[in-house]
Amino acid sequence: MFEHMPSIIIGVVLINNFVLAQFLGLCPFINSSDKTDKAFSMGAAVTFVMTMASFVTWLLYTYLLKPDAWLLKKLFAGTMIPQIGLQAVLQTAVYILVIAALVQLVEIFLKKKIPVLYRSMGIFLPLITTNCAVLGVALLNTSYAKMQLTLLEAVVQGFFAGIGFTLAMLLMSGVRERLSRLNVPEPLRGAPLAFIGTGLMALAFLGFAGMG
Amino acid sequence: MLKELTKGFFKRNPIFVLMVGLCPTLATTTSMKNALAMGMAVIAVLCCSNTIISLVRRVIPKGVRIPCYIVIIAAFVTIVEMLMKYSLPLEVSEKLSIFIPLIVVNCIILYRAEDFASKNSVAASLLDGLGMGGGFTLAVLAVAAVREMVGNGTVFGLKLATAYNPVAVLTLAPGAFIVLGLLLAFLRWRSLRKVKAYAFVPAPRPAPGAQEVTA
Repeated sequence: MFEHMPSIIIGVVLINNFVLAQFLGLCPFINSSDKTDKAFSMGAAVTFVMTMASFVTWLLYTYLLKPDAWLLKKLFAGTMIPQIGLQAVLQTAVYILVIAALVQLVEIFLKKKIPVLYRSMGIFLPLITTNCAVLGVALLNTSYAKMQLTLLEAVVQGFFAGIGFTLAMLLMSGVRERLSRLNVPEPLRGAPLAFIGTGLMALAFLGFAGMG
Repeated sequence: MLKELTKGFFKRNPIFVLMVGLCPTLATTTSMKNALAMGMAVIAVLCCSNTIISLVRRVIPKGVRIPCYIVIIAAFVTIVEMLMKYSLPLEVSEKLSIFIPLIVVNCIILYRAEDFASKNSVAASLLDGLGMGGGFTLAVLAVAAVREMVGNGTVFGLKLATAYNPVAVLTLAPGAFIVLGLLLAFLRWRSLRKVKAYAFVPAPRPAPGAQEVTA
Protein backbone atom coordinates (compact mmCIF):
# COMPACT_ATOMS: atom_id res chain seq x y z
CA MET A 1 0.00 0.00 0.00
CA PHE A 2 2.82 2.37 0.84
CA GLU A 3 5.47 1.13 -1.56
CA HIS A 4 4.84 3.87 -4.15
CA MET A 5 4.83 6.70 -1.60
CA PRO A 6 8.56 7.57 -1.62
CA SER A 7 8.70 7.70 -5.40
CA ILE A 8 5.53 9.80 -5.55
CA ILE A 9 6.78 12.25 -2.94
CA ILE A 10 10.32 12.66 -4.30
CA GLY A 11 8.99 12.67 -7.83
CA VAL A 12 6.50 15.44 -7.35
CA VAL A 13 8.63 17.66 -5.09
CA LEU A 14 12.02 17.40 -6.78
CA ILE A 15 12.11 15.50 -10.08
CA ASN A 16 8.85 16.61 -11.66
CA ASN A 17 8.46 19.81 -9.68
CA PHE A 18 5.22 21.41 -10.88
CA VAL A 19 6.73 24.81 -11.56
CA LEU A 20 10.27 24.00 -12.61
CA ALA A 21 9.76 20.86 -14.69
CA GLN A 22 6.08 20.71 -15.65
CA PHE A 23 5.32 24.42 -16.15
CA LEU A 24 2.19 24.40 -14.00
CA GLY A 25 1.16 27.39 -11.90
CA LEU A 26 3.49 29.89 -13.54
CA CYS A 27 1.25 32.96 -13.37
CA PRO A 28 1.14 33.05 -9.53
CA PHE A 29 4.77 31.94 -9.47
CA ILE A 30 5.96 34.98 -11.42
CA ASN A 31 3.44 37.43 -9.96
CA SER A 32 3.75 36.72 -6.24
CA SER A 33 7.31 35.48 -5.78
CA ASP A 34 8.84 38.91 -5.26
CA LYS A 35 8.43 38.93 -1.44
CA THR A 36 9.11 35.95 0.84
CA ASP A 37 6.04 36.31 3.09
CA LYS A 38 3.75 36.76 0.08
CA ALA A 39 5.31 33.68 -1.53
CA PHE A 40 4.76 31.64 1.60
CA SER A 41 1.09 32.64 1.97
CA MET A 42 0.42 31.87 -1.68
CA GLY A 43 2.20 28.52 -1.37
CA ALA A 44 0.24 27.58 1.75
CA ALA A 45 -3.10 28.49 0.17
CA VAL A 46 -2.28 26.54 -3.01
CA THR A 47 -1.10 23.48 -1.06
CA PHE A 48 -4.31 23.48 0.95
CA VAL A 49 -6.60 23.72 -2.08
CA MET A 50 -4.56 21.18 -4.05
CA THR A 51 -4.88 18.59 -1.28
CA MET A 52 -8.65 19.11 -1.00
CA ALA A 53 -9.09 19.13 -4.78
CA SER A 54 -7.13 15.89 -5.14
CA PHE A 55 -9.42 14.21 -2.63
CA VAL A 56 -12.71 15.37 -4.18
CA THR A 57 -11.77 14.94 -7.83
CA TRP A 58 -10.37 11.44 -7.26
CA LEU A 59 -13.67 10.36 -5.68
CA LEU A 60 -15.70 11.95 -8.49
CA TYR A 61 -13.54 10.38 -11.16
CA THR A 62 -13.52 6.90 -9.69
CA TYR A 63 -17.18 6.66 -8.75
CA LEU A 64 -18.86 8.84 -11.36
CA LEU A 65 -16.81 9.74 -14.41
CA LYS A 66 -14.57 6.89 -15.53
CA PRO A 67 -15.82 3.95 -17.61
CA ASP A 68 -17.47 1.25 -15.47
CA ALA A 69 -17.76 3.59 -12.51
CA TRP A 70 -19.97 2.36 -9.69
CA LEU A 71 -22.49 5.21 -9.76
CA LEU A 72 -22.79 5.15 -13.55
CA LYS A 73 -23.74 1.49 -13.46
CA LYS A 74 -26.45 2.29 -10.91
CA LEU A 75 -27.82 5.33 -12.70
CA PHE A 76 -27.65 4.28 -16.33
CA ALA A 77 -28.04 0.51 -16.11
CA GLY A 78 -28.89 -1.05 -19.46
CA THR A 79 -27.51 1.81 -21.59
CA MET A 80 -24.16 2.36 -23.30
CA ILE A 81 -23.13 5.12 -20.90
CA PRO A 82 -21.37 3.00 -18.22
CA GLN A 83 -19.13 1.43 -20.88
CA ILE A 84 -18.04 4.74 -22.41
CA GLY A 85 -17.91 6.75 -19.19
CA LEU A 86 -18.61 10.44 -18.83
CA GLN A 87 -14.95 11.32 -18.47
CA ALA A 88 -14.34 12.60 -22.02
CA VAL A 89 -17.41 14.83 -21.99
CA LEU A 90 -17.75 16.08 -18.46
CA GLN A 91 -14.35 15.83 -16.80
CA THR A 92 -13.03 19.33 -17.53
CA ALA A 93 -16.26 21.10 -16.60
CA VAL A 94 -16.84 19.05 -13.44
CA TYR A 95 -13.29 19.51 -12.19
CA ILE A 96 -13.18 23.25 -12.67
CA LEU A 97 -16.56 23.72 -11.01
CA VAL A 98 -15.50 21.54 -8.07
CA ILE A 99 -12.33 23.56 -7.66
CA ALA A 100 -14.21 26.86 -7.85
CA ALA A 101 -16.73 25.69 -5.25
CA LEU A 102 -13.96 24.35 -3.03
CA VAL A 103 -12.07 27.63 -3.10
CA GLN A 104 -15.26 29.46 -2.18
CA LEU A 105 -15.90 27.06 0.73
CA VAL A 106 -12.36 27.34 2.01
CA GLU A 107 -12.65 31.11 1.89
CA ILE A 108 -15.92 31.15 3.88
CA PHE A 109 -14.60 28.62 6.39
CA LEU A 110 -11.38 30.50 7.03
CA LYS A 111 -13.17 33.85 7.33
CA LYS A 112 -15.48 32.44 10.03
CA LYS A 113 -13.19 30.09 11.95
CA ILE A 114 -9.56 31.16 11.50
CA PRO A 115 -9.59 34.90 10.74
CA VAL A 116 -5.84 35.20 11.32
CA LEU A 117 -5.11 32.72 8.58
CA TYR A 118 -7.77 34.33 6.38
CA ARG A 119 -6.14 37.72 6.64
CA SER A 120 -2.74 36.32 5.69
CA MET A 121 -3.85 34.32 2.65
CA GLY A 122 -7.33 35.67 1.97
CA ILE A 123 -6.52 37.78 -1.07
CA PHE A 124 -4.75 34.87 -2.74
CA LEU A 125 -7.63 32.44 -2.43
CA PRO A 126 -9.90 33.68 -5.28
CA LEU A 127 -6.92 33.61 -7.64
CA ILE A 128 -6.35 29.91 -7.00
CA THR A 129 -9.39 28.86 -9.05
CA THR A 130 -7.53 29.86 -12.21
CA ASN A 131 -4.22 28.41 -11.04
CA CYS A 132 -3.44 25.68 -13.51
CA ALA A 133 -1.45 23.72 -10.90
CA VAL A 134 -4.69 22.84 -9.11
CA LEU A 135 -6.56 21.61 -12.17
CA GLY A 136 -3.28 20.07 -13.31
CA VAL A 137 -2.90 17.93 -10.20
CA ALA A 138 -6.53 16.82 -10.46
CA LEU A 139 -5.95 15.68 -14.06
CA LEU A 140 -2.61 14.04 -13.30
CA ASN A 141 -4.18 12.14 -10.40
CA THR A 142 -6.98 10.70 -12.49
CA SER A 143 -7.28 10.38 -16.25
CA TYR A 144 -3.73 11.50 -17.11
CA ALA A 145 -2.07 9.36 -14.41
CA LYS A 146 0.76 7.11 -15.56
CA MET A 147 -0.44 4.35 -13.25
CA GLN A 148 -3.75 4.10 -11.44
CA LEU A 149 -3.49 5.79 -8.05
CA THR A 150 -5.36 4.95 -4.87
CA LEU A 151 -7.20 7.66 -2.97
CA LEU A 152 -4.38 8.00 -0.42
CA GLU A 153 -1.75 8.21 -3.16
CA ALA A 154 -3.74 10.87 -4.97
CA VAL A 155 -4.09 12.99 -1.83
CA VAL A 156 -0.39 12.57 -1.00
CA GLN A 157 0.54 13.55 -4.55
CA GLY A 158 -1.71 16.61 -4.29
CA PHE A 159 -0.24 17.68 -0.96
CA PHE A 160 3.37 17.22 -1.99
CA ALA A 161 2.84 18.87 -5.34
CA GLY A 162 1.76 21.89 -3.30
CA ILE A 163 4.86 21.54 -1.14
CA GLY A 164 6.99 21.47 -4.29
CA PHE A 165 5.22 24.60 -5.55
CA THR A 166 5.84 26.34 -2.20
CA LEU A 167 9.50 25.27 -2.27
CA ALA A 168 10.00 26.79 -5.72
CA MET A 169 8.17 29.98 -4.66
CA LEU A 170 10.28 30.38 -1.52
CA LEU A 171 13.59 29.76 -3.31
CA MET A 172 12.64 32.23 -6.03
CA SER A 173 11.45 34.89 -3.59
CA GLY A 174 14.80 34.73 -1.78
CA VAL A 175 16.60 35.27 -5.05
CA ARG A 176 14.27 38.05 -6.17
CA GLU A 177 14.45 39.97 -2.90
CA ARG A 178 18.19 40.26 -3.40
CA LEU A 179 17.90 41.02 -7.10
CA SER A 180 15.53 43.91 -6.41
CA ARG A 181 18.30 45.76 -4.55
CA LEU A 182 20.81 45.42 -7.38
CA ASN A 183 21.34 47.81 -10.25
CA VAL A 184 20.06 45.69 -13.12
CA PRO A 185 19.90 46.95 -16.75
CA GLU A 186 16.43 48.36 -17.29
CA PRO A 187 15.11 45.93 -19.94
CA LEU A 188 15.90 42.98 -17.68
CA ARG A 189 14.28 44.36 -14.54
CA GLY A 190 11.37 42.41 -13.05
CA ALA A 191 9.83 39.55 -15.01
CA PRO A 192 12.59 38.89 -17.61
CA LEU A 193 15.22 38.43 -14.93
CA ALA A 194 12.80 36.32 -12.88
CA PHE A 195 12.38 34.01 -15.87
CA ILE A 196 16.10 33.69 -16.44
CA GLY A 197 16.64 33.02 -12.74
CA THR A 198 13.90 30.39 -12.80
CA GLY A 199 15.60 28.82 -15.79
CA LEU A 200 18.88 28.54 -13.92
CA MET A 201 17.04 27.04 -10.94
CA ALA A 202 15.29 24.58 -13.25
CA LEU A 203 18.72 23.65 -14.61
CA ALA A 204 19.80 22.75 -11.08
CA PHE A 205 16.60 20.76 -10.52
CA LEU A 206 17.26 18.91 -13.78
CA GLY A 207 20.01 17.16 -11.86
CA PHE A 208 17.36 15.32 -9.85
CA ALA A 209 16.02 13.70 -13.02
CA GLY A 210 18.61 10.96 -12.73
CA MET A 211 17.07 9.89 -9.44
CA GLY A 212 13.87 8.58 -11.04
CA MET B 1 -13.48 47.64 -35.81
CA LEU B 2 -10.28 46.41 -37.42
CA LYS B 3 -8.41 47.74 -34.41
CA GLU B 4 -10.02 45.04 -32.26
CA LEU B 5 -8.38 42.45 -34.48
CA THR B 6 -4.90 43.89 -34.70
CA LYS B 7 -4.39 45.13 -31.13
CA GLY B 8 -3.80 41.56 -29.90
CA PHE B 9 -0.92 40.94 -32.29
CA PHE B 10 1.62 43.40 -30.95
CA LYS B 11 0.33 46.34 -28.93
CA ARG B 12 -1.53 44.24 -26.36
CA ASN B 13 0.04 40.86 -27.05
CA PRO B 14 -1.29 38.54 -24.33
CA ILE B 15 2.07 36.97 -23.57
CA PHE B 16 4.73 39.58 -24.15
CA VAL B 17 2.75 42.61 -22.95
CA LEU B 18 -0.05 41.41 -20.67
CA MET B 19 1.91 38.37 -19.39
CA VAL B 20 -1.07 36.06 -19.04
CA GLY B 21 -1.27 32.42 -20.10
CA LEU B 22 2.36 31.62 -19.48
CA CYS B 23 2.12 27.91 -18.67
CA PRO B 24 1.30 26.64 -22.18
CA THR B 25 3.76 29.14 -23.66
CA LEU B 26 6.59 27.39 -21.91
CA ALA B 27 5.33 23.83 -21.96
CA THR B 28 4.28 23.46 -25.58
CA THR B 29 7.09 25.34 -27.32
CA THR B 30 9.57 22.47 -27.58
CA SER B 31 8.87 22.40 -31.30
CA MET B 32 7.08 24.72 -33.72
CA LYS B 33 4.59 22.00 -34.62
CA ASN B 34 3.42 21.71 -31.02
CA ALA B 35 3.29 25.48 -30.65
CA LEU B 36 1.17 25.85 -33.79
CA ALA B 37 -1.27 23.18 -32.58
CA MET B 38 -1.54 24.88 -29.20
CA GLY B 39 -2.07 28.26 -30.83
CA MET B 40 -4.84 26.91 -33.04
CA ALA B 41 -6.56 25.34 -30.02
CA VAL B 42 -6.47 28.65 -28.14
CA ILE B 43 -7.76 30.60 -31.17
CA ALA B 44 -10.66 28.17 -31.57
CA VAL B 45 -11.66 28.27 -27.90
CA LEU B 46 -11.22 32.03 -27.60
CA CYS B 47 -13.28 32.85 -30.71
CA CYS B 48 -16.12 30.51 -29.74
CA SER B 49 -16.25 31.54 -26.10
CA ASN B 50 -16.03 35.26 -26.89
CA THR B 51 -18.85 34.98 -29.43
CA ILE B 52 -21.19 33.00 -27.18
CA ILE B 53 -20.49 35.11 -24.09
CA SER B 54 -21.12 38.26 -26.07
CA LEU B 55 -24.41 36.77 -27.34
CA VAL B 56 -25.70 35.94 -23.87
CA ARG B 57 -24.16 38.89 -22.03
CA ARG B 58 -27.53 40.51 -21.30
CA VAL B 59 -29.11 37.25 -20.06
CA ILE B 60 -26.51 36.24 -17.45
CA PRO B 61 -27.08 37.75 -13.99
CA LYS B 62 -24.09 39.75 -12.74
CA GLY B 63 -23.57 37.69 -9.57
CA VAL B 64 -23.02 34.33 -11.25
CA ARG B 65 -21.33 35.49 -14.42
CA ILE B 66 -17.90 33.97 -13.71
CA PRO B 67 -19.20 30.40 -13.16
CA CYS B 68 -21.32 30.80 -16.30
CA TYR B 69 -18.28 31.89 -18.33
CA ILE B 70 -16.30 28.96 -16.96
CA VAL B 71 -18.97 26.46 -18.00
CA ILE B 72 -19.16 27.94 -21.52
CA ILE B 73 -15.38 27.88 -21.84
CA ALA B 74 -15.19 24.32 -20.47
CA ALA B 75 -17.70 23.16 -23.08
CA PHE B 76 -15.62 24.51 -25.95
CA VAL B 77 -12.40 23.19 -24.45
CA THR B 78 -13.95 19.72 -24.29
CA ILE B 79 -14.96 19.91 -27.95
CA VAL B 80 -11.49 21.08 -28.98
CA GLU B 81 -9.87 18.39 -26.83
CA MET B 82 -11.85 15.65 -28.55
CA LEU B 83 -11.18 17.05 -32.03
CA MET B 84 -7.45 17.30 -31.36
CA LYS B 85 -7.22 13.84 -29.86
CA TYR B 86 -8.49 12.26 -33.07
CA SER B 87 -6.94 14.57 -35.67
CA LEU B 88 -3.42 15.34 -34.49
CA PRO B 89 -0.41 13.05 -34.97
CA LEU B 90 0.33 11.06 -31.83
CA GLU B 91 3.66 12.72 -31.03
CA VAL B 92 2.04 16.18 -30.97
CA SER B 93 -1.06 15.24 -28.98
CA GLU B 94 1.11 13.37 -26.47
CA LYS B 95 3.21 16.47 -25.89
CA LEU B 96 0.19 18.75 -25.52
CA SER B 97 -1.71 16.19 -23.41
CA ILE B 98 -2.66 17.96 -20.21
CA PHE B 99 -2.31 21.47 -21.60
CA ILE B 100 -5.39 21.19 -23.81
CA PRO B 101 -7.83 20.71 -20.88
CA LEU B 102 -5.84 23.34 -19.02
CA ILE B 103 -6.95 25.96 -21.56
CA VAL B 104 -9.99 26.28 -19.25
CA VAL B 105 -7.87 27.98 -16.63
CA ASN B 106 -5.81 29.92 -19.13
CA CYS B 107 -6.09 33.49 -17.92
CA ILE B 108 -6.32 34.88 -21.49
CA ILE B 109 -9.72 33.29 -22.11
CA LEU B 110 -11.40 34.40 -18.90
CA TYR B 111 -9.73 37.79 -19.10
CA ARG B 112 -11.12 38.47 -22.57
CA ALA B 113 -14.55 37.17 -21.52
CA GLU B 114 -14.72 39.43 -18.49
CA ASP B 115 -12.93 42.43 -19.94
CA PHE B 116 -14.20 42.50 -23.51
CA ALA B 117 -16.89 40.03 -24.59
CA SER B 118 -19.21 40.86 -21.69
CA LYS B 119 -19.31 44.52 -22.77
CA ASN B 120 -19.06 44.52 -26.56
CA SER B 121 -20.98 43.43 -29.65
CA VAL B 122 -20.74 39.93 -31.11
CA ALA B 123 -18.71 40.94 -34.17
CA ALA B 124 -16.22 42.94 -32.12
CA SER B 125 -15.87 40.07 -29.63
CA LEU B 126 -15.21 37.57 -32.41
CA LEU B 127 -12.52 39.83 -33.88
CA ASP B 128 -11.04 40.38 -30.44
CA GLY B 129 -10.88 36.61 -29.90
CA LEU B 130 -9.24 36.14 -33.29
CA GLY B 131 -6.71 38.89 -32.61
CA MET B 132 -5.84 37.84 -29.08
CA GLY B 133 -5.63 34.19 -30.12
CA GLY B 134 -3.48 35.25 -33.07
CA GLY B 135 -1.22 37.23 -30.76
CA PHE B 136 -0.88 34.19 -28.52
CA THR B 137 -0.03 32.01 -31.53
CA LEU B 138 2.57 34.51 -32.74
CA ALA B 139 4.18 34.59 -29.31
CA VAL B 140 4.33 30.82 -28.83
CA LEU B 141 5.67 30.43 -32.37
CA ALA B 142 8.38 32.99 -31.63
CA VAL B 143 9.47 31.16 -28.48
CA ALA B 144 9.24 27.80 -30.25
CA ALA B 145 11.23 29.06 -33.24
CA VAL B 146 14.17 30.04 -31.02
CA ARG B 147 13.99 26.83 -29.03
CA GLU B 148 13.70 24.55 -32.04
CA MET B 149 16.27 26.32 -34.21
CA VAL B 150 18.96 26.63 -31.57
CA GLY B 151 18.07 23.61 -29.49
CA ASN B 152 17.45 21.13 -32.28
CA GLY B 153 18.71 22.75 -35.48
CA THR B 154 15.38 22.36 -37.28
CA VAL B 155 12.38 24.44 -38.39
CA PHE B 156 9.04 22.60 -38.36
CA GLY B 157 11.07 19.38 -38.30
CA LEU B 158 13.20 20.30 -41.36
CA LYS B 159 16.96 20.31 -40.86
CA LEU B 160 18.60 23.72 -41.32
CA ALA B 161 22.24 22.71 -41.65
CA THR B 162 24.04 19.41 -41.81
CA ALA B 163 26.89 20.21 -39.46
CA TYR B 164 25.30 21.83 -36.43
CA ASN B 165 25.76 20.87 -32.83
CA PRO B 166 22.43 21.68 -31.16
CA VAL B 167 22.22 23.28 -27.72
CA ALA B 168 19.96 20.56 -26.37
CA VAL B 169 19.22 22.28 -23.08
CA LEU B 170 16.95 24.77 -24.87
CA THR B 171 14.46 22.02 -25.67
CA LEU B 172 14.40 20.98 -21.99
CA ALA B 173 12.54 22.78 -19.22
CA PRO B 174 15.27 25.30 -18.22
CA GLY B 175 15.67 26.46 -21.81
CA ALA B 176 12.02 27.49 -21.97
CA PHE B 177 12.38 29.89 -19.05
CA ILE B 178 15.64 31.36 -20.31
CA VAL B 179 14.41 31.88 -23.89
CA LEU B 180 11.20 33.55 -22.72
CA GLY B 181 13.14 35.78 -20.31
CA LEU B 182 15.57 36.86 -23.02
CA LEU B 183 12.75 37.49 -25.53
CA LEU B 184 10.88 39.61 -22.98
CA ALA B 185 14.03 41.58 -22.24
CA PHE B 186 14.69 42.10 -25.96
CA LEU B 187 11.16 43.40 -26.61
CA ARG B 188 11.35 45.70 -23.61
CA TRP B 189 14.74 46.99 -24.74
CA ARG B 190 13.26 47.83 -28.14
CA SER B 191 10.27 49.68 -26.74
CA LEU B 192 12.47 51.55 -24.25
CA ARG B 193 14.76 52.65 -27.07
CA LYS B 194 11.79 53.99 -29.00
CA VAL B 195 10.69 56.05 -25.99
CA LYS B 196 14.20 57.39 -25.42
CA ALA B 197 14.60 58.46 -29.06
CA TYR B 198 11.78 60.99 -28.62
CA ALA B 199 12.52 62.15 -25.10
CA PHE B 200 15.04 64.89 -24.53
CA VAL B 201 18.02 63.35 -22.81
CA PRO B 202 20.72 65.80 -21.69
CA ALA B 203 24.20 64.62 -22.57
CA PRO B 204 26.09 63.51 -19.47
CA ARG B 205 28.76 65.95 -18.45
CA PRO B 206 32.16 64.27 -18.81
CA ALA B 207 34.19 63.79 -15.68
CA PRO B 208 37.16 66.16 -15.36
CA GLY B 209 39.75 63.49 -16.02
CA ALA B 210 37.91 61.88 -18.92
CA GLN B 211 38.29 64.72 -21.40
CA GLU B 212 42.00 64.26 -21.88
CA VAL B 213 41.56 60.59 -22.73
CA THR B 214 39.03 61.24 -25.50
CA ALA B 215 40.91 64.20 -26.88
